[in-house]
Amino acid sequence: MIEDKFLTRRELAGFIIAIVALAIAAMLPVLNTGYILSLGVTIAMYTVLSTSWALFSGPTHYISLATAAFFGLGMYVVGSGIEVLPFPILAIIATCAGAVLAFLIGVATLRLSGIYFVIFTLGLAEFIRQIVTWVQTTMGTSSGLYVLINIEEKTIYWRLLCLAAFVYLIGWGINRSRLGFALRIIGNDEEVAKHSGINVALVKVLLFMISGSIAALTGALLAPRWTYIEPTIAFSPMLSFLVVIMALVGGAQRLWGPILGVIPFALVWDLITAQFPNQTALMLGIAFLLVVYAIPNGIGGQGAKYWAKFKHWRDFRVT
Amino acid sequence: MDIIIIGVLLGGAYALMAMGLQLQYGVARIMNLASGEVLVAGSFAAFWFFTGANYSPIYSIFFVAPVAFGLNWLIYKIFMRPLVKRAKSEGQLEVDSILSTFGQSFILVGLMLAIFGGKYFNYSYLERPFDILGQAYELNRIVAFLFSITLCIVLYVWLNRTRVGLTLRAVSVNPEAAGLVGIDVPNAAALAFALGGAVTAAGGALLSMFLTFDASVGVIFTMKALVIVIMGGVRDIRGTILVAFILGLLETGVATLIDPGLTLASAYLLFILTLIVRPEGIFGKRSK
Repeated sequence: MIEDKFLTRRELAGFIIAIVALAIAAMLPVLNTGYILSLGVTIAMYTVLSTSWALFSGPTHYISLATAAFFGLGMYVVGSGIEVLPFPILAIIATCAGAVLAFLIGVATLRLSGIYFVIFTLGLAEFIRQIVTWVQTTMGTSSGLYVLINIEEKTIYWRLLCLAAFVYLIGWGINRSRLGFALRIIGNDEEVAKHSGINVALVKVLLFMISGSIAALTGALLAPRWTYIEPTIAFSPMLSFLVVIMALVGGAQRLWGPILGVIPFALVWDLITAQFPNQTALMLGIAFLLVVYAIPNGIGGQGAKYWAKFKHWRDFRVT
Repeated sequence: MDIIIIGVLLGGAYALMAMGLQLQYGVARIMNLASGEVLVAGSFAAFWFFTGANYSPIYSIFFVAPVAFGLNWLIYKIFMRPLVKRAKSEGQLEVDSILSTFGQSFILVGLMLAIFGGKYFNYSYLERPFDILGQAYELNRIVAFLFSITLCIVLYVWLNRTRVGLTLRAVSVNPEAAGLVGIDVPNAAALAFALGGAVTAAGGALLSMFLTFDASVGVIFTMKALVIVIMGGVRDIRGTILVAFILGLLETGVATLIDPGLTLASAYLLFILTLIVRPEGIFGKRSK
């Protein structure tokens, strides 16, 4: 399974394409239009979130709806500490906090059947939001926090791009490692995995921790974008749903799948929220049904299928 | 004392709502995440009947329940049945049904938003005081409670004393074996799903008599119903009813003693405790 050569030709080609794409994406602020840049920030954000979501949920088939909880946690770490500590340290704390939260959730639910996990994560953001609001109103004075640091939007954008590159590297590394191998076995058949001596719960918890800490870091990086943070903004459940649907539209089984969903979906979503602000729920619902009934493997899976068909036709056609 | 009585009154409506989900998950094996939206749709129907035609919410149940039954039957036949057919394993069905019912829940929210708008709704029906042990309570809560409990009892007796009820219970215990002894499993599952939807919508109509609701509040009810069903043990109605009352009491206690904003947090607390102490539910059998 593990190959001898460090890089195969395919991987090398993939690397070069990825670096070129990253370089092109990094040039975006040159266009110097605020609208495109803010769209870029949104796309970069969802790319990071969806890809790291798929790192865990793709192979294990566990649908995590906790993204907003991690994201909000990261944001709140920055928001509550910005007066005392420098930003980079806060970002590190946020990442660790995300990992700890993921560990607690994982230990409580991932030993059990997948349904517990889904239900637990479904209300988690709302649960944390209620607690945070309660703590703020009983202990503090205001319901929100100010994040006042001098930062340009393009800096946020570049930071997110770096994080995205990092996520892809992690994903690539996991796929090659024993952890990734174990995950694929768990995804295919959990019983088989157990009988081959894989510590199923440990693998799941570890991966969920990676995914959760990345989401928390994303929240931390984005906190300066809003100067005023409120629980309803930071822990918006809509974020979790959007991340899930974008990853699934693109295809959660492949590392490069989610981005195929993120870019078109983010653009269409932007259009819809501007034109029909009341119909976002309807649109999201239709997207979910589409994923289940029309493209069960996402754009990525569908594309791979046609590519395989094309190759078969190319290699075996009768001329 | 106040807390106990209000908690029990709330628990009655929760019991009804959770029984609906229980039928859908226990028998039809569909974890219906649109359950809360069906409930809210029931509330809206009752609201519409009351404000539009001055029809009592109690009577509106006789309209809401059959309509919900029919619609949920269709939903099962059109959306859920293909998923059951194509699923290779129970896990696959779980993931597919979660995503699909998610989609349905968003579509329902979208439709209700489009029709009714994003405002909060309530209406006053039977808002008279009624004395229990020297304390005054709103009559609508008591009437809703009595109706919920009656419906629960009828459902319980029906499941345990009739032939159709027996069929449903057989499917819930083991679908394959039920098929082998000549039970039409697909139809039994559709019946359970539709019945569950009807019960949930009826619960919504009853809850609307004393709760304020809006188009997007459904997910909270879904959460609560899920917690109740999981905690009570997936295939046991007694557990469901018991936990519904525990949750009603706990929520009322937390809301009056600490903060009304923490009701979902208290439901969560129960859920976490269950997961740690007894993941198979209070009456559930350990499966291994």
